Amino acid sequence: MGERRDDPDLVALRSGDEAAFRALIQVHHGQMLRLAMAYVRDPGLAEEVVQESWLTCLRSLEKFEGRSSLKTWLYGIVMNIARSRRRREARILPFASLWRRDDSDSRRPTVDAERFGGDGMWSSPPDSWPESKLLSSETLLRVKAAIESLPMKQREVITLRDVAGLEASEVCGLLSISAENQRVRLHRARASVRRMLEEYLR
Amino acid sequence: MTCRQVVELMTDYLDGALAAEDRARFEAHMAGCDGCQAYLAQMKATRKVVGKLAEASVPRTVEDELVKAFRDWKGKSA
Repeated sequence: MGERRDDPDLVALRSGDEAAFRALIQVHHGQMLRLAMAYVRDPGLAEEVVQESWLTCLRSLEKFEGRSSLKTWLYGIVMNIARSRRRREARILPFASLWRRDDSDSRRPTVDAERFGGDGMWSSPPDSWPESKLLSSETLLRVKAAIESLPMKQREVITLRDVAGLEASEVCGLLSISAENQRVRLHRARASVRRMLEEYLR
Repeated sequence: MTCRQVVELMTDYLDGALAAEDRARFEAHMAGCDGCQAYLAQMKATRKVVGKLAEASVPRTVEDELVKAFRDWKGKSA
């Protein structure tokens, strides 16, 4: 491999640039929190996970080899810490919630068959959505709840892709899943949130 | 392609993961189908709203606490 391309954020952090660290917090903290919430439900616990992730990031900064972007590395740390917290949390949760069926990798249709005619064309096509209501805070709360109710595999993919804004290939690497599984899970997740929005915005 | 098939390919399409031939068929269908265009617009809108979830601002106290940890770290590594 060639020479490492040093990320300017990484260089600034290593040199102890406090303003650069503050800027990184502003950019990533909210996304890291949503990512932690994909694994642990309690917001206070998620906040702890994110703080611990920052500390781990600082402690490991010298060891970081820059094989992934700083962002992907940081989110990987959040995932690891959140997952281990989740395992700890899971011991005190009832069994039923752990054994919930997860069809995240299935290719079952994501749109209700009744929306189409016998020829497979729309019989009740979708409408356009009012932009103002779409971006209201009430809508955001509902979207948050819809994501929280998704099966874990879909929740982590949609959070990494659409909340944190990672590339498909980065998500595949972080979760050790194939490109195809990544897309199927993302598709199911988006389709579920879309369905909820369609109900709500009608 | 039918609408029913096209809606299941939307994410593959948005990710640029359709093979050239499928993509051509997908686009040919889309060009003449208002319903599928509306569905694609809804999927994009969904992605956009989900993206808004990260925008919560960081409480000053949290930031200050982290910066304090940063200074400690800097002190140790210097």
